[in-house]
Amino acid sequence: MSTSTATREMPDIYHKAGSLSSERRWALWTAYISLIFAAIIFLAPPVYMFITSLKTSAEVANLTGSPWLVREPTLENYAAILGNPTFLVFFWNSVKITVCVVLITMVISTLAAFALARMRFWGSQALATGVFLTYLIPETLLFIPLYQIVGGLGLLNSSWGLVVVYPTLTVPFCTWIMIGYFASIPKELDEAALIDGASWSQMLLKIFIPVAMPGIIAATIFAFTVSWAAFVYPTAFVTTPDEMPLTIGVVSQLVRADTFAWGQIMAGALLAALPPVIVYAFLMDYYIAGLTAGATKG
Amino acid sequence: MAADGSVLVGRTEGVTSLQRFARRRSTIAFLMTLPLILVIGGLVAYPAVYAMYLSTLNRTMVRNIGLENFAILLDTDTFYMVILQSCIFAISAVLLKALIGFWLAHMLHDIPAKGQRKWRGMLLIPWVIPPALSTLGWWWMFDPSYSSINYLLNVFAVPSVPWLGEPWWARVSVIIVNVWYGAPFFMIMYLAALKSVPEQLYEAAAIDGATGFQRLRYITLPMMRNIISITVLFSLIVTFANYDIVRVLTNGGPRDLTHVFATYAFQVGILSGNVPRGAAVSLFMFPLLAIFAFFVLRGVTRRNKEEA
Repeated sequence: MSTSTATREMPDIYHKAGSLSSERRWALWTAYISLIFAAIIFLAPPVYMFITSLKTSAEVANLTGSPWLVREPTLENYAAILGNPTFLVFFWNSVKITVCVVLITMVISTLAAFALARMRFWGSQALATGVFLTYLIPETLLFIPLYQIVGGLGLLNSSWGLVVVYPTLTVPFCTWIMIGYFASIPKELDEAALIDGASWSQMLLKIFIPVAMPGIIAATIFAFTVSWAAFVYPTAFVTTPDEMPLTIGVVSQLVRADTFAWGQIMAGALLAALPPVIVYAFLMDYYIAGLTAGATKG
Repeated sequence: MAADGSVLVGRTEGVTSLQRFARRRSTIAFLMTLPLILVIGGLVAYPAVYAMYLSTLNRTMVRNIGLENFAILLDTDTFYMVILQSCIFAISAVLLKALIGFWLAHMLHDIPAKGQRKWRGMLLIPWVIPPALSTLGWWWMFDPSYSSINYLLNVFAVPSVPWLGEPWWARVSVIIVNVWYGAPFFMIMYLAALKSVPEQLYEAAAIDGATGFQRLRYITLPMMRNIISITVLFSLIVTFANYDIVRVLTNGGPRDLTHVFATYAFQVGILSGNVPRGAAVSLFMFPLLAIFAFFVLRGVTRRNKEEA
């Protein structure tokens, strides 16, 4: 872009080299300015939530001065929210649901992905395509019939009902990326195992799972984040506060309880968002691998 | 391998150990995929068919009224606004997300490799926070009397904006939040794609004296075409069917003008208790989503073939 008209008119190699380095410097500046700008905008909402969570209600209501500054930081909102039994119930429900869903998902998708990646059988190709198509179906398309079905099972207003339906969000994508990881394991490995007389279960447990561990971690993180953040199903299926997971609990109960307890709402929202953020902070590479695997690995 | 015929082979009398093995293998494979088939069949395929059946019932679900629900919906102005708003929302949000994501991916790619990890980690945060919760933060930032965004605007002598109170601004707000949430995803996808473009192509182009724009136009875009179309179509599906952001931010208001399909279906089907009509609202999404899904699938299979 910064190749000036002068260099274009005199296309000799030495000039080119000079222009390349100035172009490089210019590109670096644009890059850093754009990134700083983007980082400010991207991080502003969580930072502002954090700022608000440190304010007393009186300070939140005080309209003089910048809302972006905290004058008397206090942890009373965190103390209040952590002492609130309803919030702890939401947290416990989220943990319970997420652990169950992650376990169910990983068992189902590891088994299925192993079969689909290695044992070609009648319809396996169609099933793999079906898995991917299922991943493309948004949950908002099916929540009304599922509402009837879950109601028919008597699981409305129960966190177990959510454990039943969440796998529709997690299983297709996890299976899909696991197929990719399993398919990338060299065939020689399982041939060697077969010659040594290994059974299918031994092959899966002793070869595939250890070798595809990064894929399994990525899929587990995906299942965890999705079931932690799920919002449509709990909003539709759960209306009693005792059975609510965090997302809908914070959004419906805390807001409804007292519209002006903004500090507490923000503290609650941040605490609710913490587990996925912690997982992300420590396992960023796996997280990103899982995110991009869907489209780039196929 | 004895792939497709394995079941038939196994059924014949006098099986050799190899044939028995083949038979066992397909049985095992079937058993291993059975839970998956149950989930897809019971919780996706069956509800999909059931939704179509539901949408033909009357409010009390005792009488079949054919396509009446769809006809009634198409007769109301609110529903036209829902269709319009869904399209405005999805198209503009996806376009902005793709452009911002593309730009940021390029910028990330331009800086030295050792700094990239840090920036990438920071810029992906909006995607990591559950959207229902981060939208709460936005809601608070858009709050009419305490808006911190308006405060900043006022500092720069820009008048306050009625973010959620006025229909067009409410639409803009919903789009802003969705773009904020989704742009990092595009950034990460495009960055991964950029990294897979062979460096030699750029070196060759530099030797040939290509400008930055020419490099973008003749190398980057063609190399990334497939991944761009997959992400855009995928995001169109997700954005078109979005629920969380509209529900938390505006809940459809002001005057039902920011409802998208999902929130309207929720409003009609679950809050007002007209389950069949709610199902009909959701099903309106289906044709468009099916078209998008078809092209995503085509893009992905094409990509797999290229890589194979």
